Amino acid sequence: MVDLNPLSLWRGLLALPNESRTKTIAVAFIVSAVCALAVSSAAVYLGPIQQANRVAEMEARMEAMLASMPEMAALIEASGGDSLETMVVDLRTGLVAQDIDPDSFDADAVRTDPANTTVLTAEQDIAGIGRRPDLVSIHVLREDGELRLVILPISGSGYQSTIRANLALEGDLNTVAALSITAQGETPGLGARIEEAAWQALWPGRQLADAEGNIRLEVVRGRATNSFEVDGITGATRTGRGVSDAVRFWLGPDGFAPVLGNLRAGRL
Amino acid sequence: MKAMRTLYGPIIDNNPVTLQILGICSALAVTTSLATATIMSVALTAVLLAGSVVISLIRRHIPNSIRLIVQITIIASLVIVTDQIIQAYVFEMSQRLSIFVGLIVTNCLVLGRAEAFAMHNPPGSSALDALGNGLGYSLILLIVGFLRELFGAGTLYGHTVFVTVHDGGWFVPLHLMLLAPSAFFILGLLIWIIRAVRPAQVELAEFEIATEKEGAAR
Repeated sequence: MVDLNPLSLWRGLLALPNESRTKTIAVAFIVSAVCALAVSSAAVYLGPIQQANRVAEMEARMEAMLASMPEMAALIEASGGDSLETMVVDLRTGLVAQDIDPDSFDADAVRTDPANTTVLTAEQDIAGIGRRPDLVSIHVLREDGELRLVILPISGSGYQSTIRANLALEGDLNTVAALSITAQGETPGLGARIEEAAWQALWPGRQLADAEGNIRLEVVRGRATNSFEVDGITGATRTGRGVSDAVRFWLGPDGFAPVLGNLRAGRL
Repeated sequence: MKAMRTLYGPIIDNNPVTLQILGICSALAVTTSLATATIMSVALTAVLLAGSVVISLIRRHIPNSIRLIVQITIIASLVIVTDQIIQAYVFEMSQRLSIFVGLIVTNCLVLGRAEAFAMHNPPGSSALDALGNGLGYSLILLIVGFLRELFGAGTLYGHTVFVTVHDGGWFVPLHLMLLAPSAFFILGLLIWIIRAVRPAQVELAEFEIATEKEGAAR
């Protein structure tokens, strides 16, 4: 009679010689199953905490950026904190995306979703991001119906990591109000110095495009010589170029240019 | 007594980094600051300890033909769990360590101890061996991290020790210290010092280096 008691089956399995095919397959299967269980429970259990960390980090950086612009912070304060509007824009049309609640919008999920991203050709992909999300959440601050501040998320490849930043533009949509790096993994002490407040403080007041509308803003090697240039960091040329390329791409025709055009024309 | 030797042996006498030259890739990558070196040391020691104990527990039932895959699977799972924990509870640090916690999987030290020791010894002494090797690795990482952060940025754990010229002080940071080659230099100097103090660690030369005269005679 076949013994179906699981305990004796287990004992029988352990008693098998290690080199037998049954035991090899059984051990491989059991080890994989236990490991898979451990990894997935860690991911499920810790996922919400990690997500909360990421959100808190983004919010902290947004707040720090607003705090670096006392005039804007005062404006938000005066209106009771509601005037900083969050909207999800569709970069394909340059208009506000329909049927999407900005509060529950998950930029990270969209970034990896093939249905909501556009693959860039080599010529388009100045910033080295591969595919561009179609839906992006931006912040707009208005005073008495007049545009005062627009905060745009930008990203691009630096020397060894993806650099993400928030670029704040003043109401004329051509003057930088602030730049805040939100994520980077550049060389500590060199490229990573783009995170330093001292470097980010060089950005406010820089001009974006010249009279013909060409994007001129860039990080240069050495000292800036005109209002379109930002001082580079010594030893971090490629990180600086990464930031320049990110600005050039995201404010160009494949980035926020249609959105900015609509904002200028008052259609948003 | 033997247990003590299992624990203390790998810390200096048989240090995995300076004697066996294992796990040096991560020793270069994460030692730009003392804080990252500390987290990396703790993560590696935890993975090494847990991995060795688990592998030692099931060592009699691991078929020889798939033993490396079984070991790697266990180690990789532990590394992922550790990485997840770091991302959840030490978030800021996880951003600075980026991929290096994940790369503990490929650290020869972990697989090396599993294969060389945990496969043949009971869990108790495997745990001691893993702890000893983890501490040996940590010691080197902390020394290198200490020197690199102090001379590269003038800080320790982010607290200013030497005021740099950027902030109006006297200390000119050695930017070389923040680049990977400096870790090689420090590691090389450490190995030199250890082998000068303990000549027993000096390996025999595999080839005699010919003098100029001998070379000409041949």
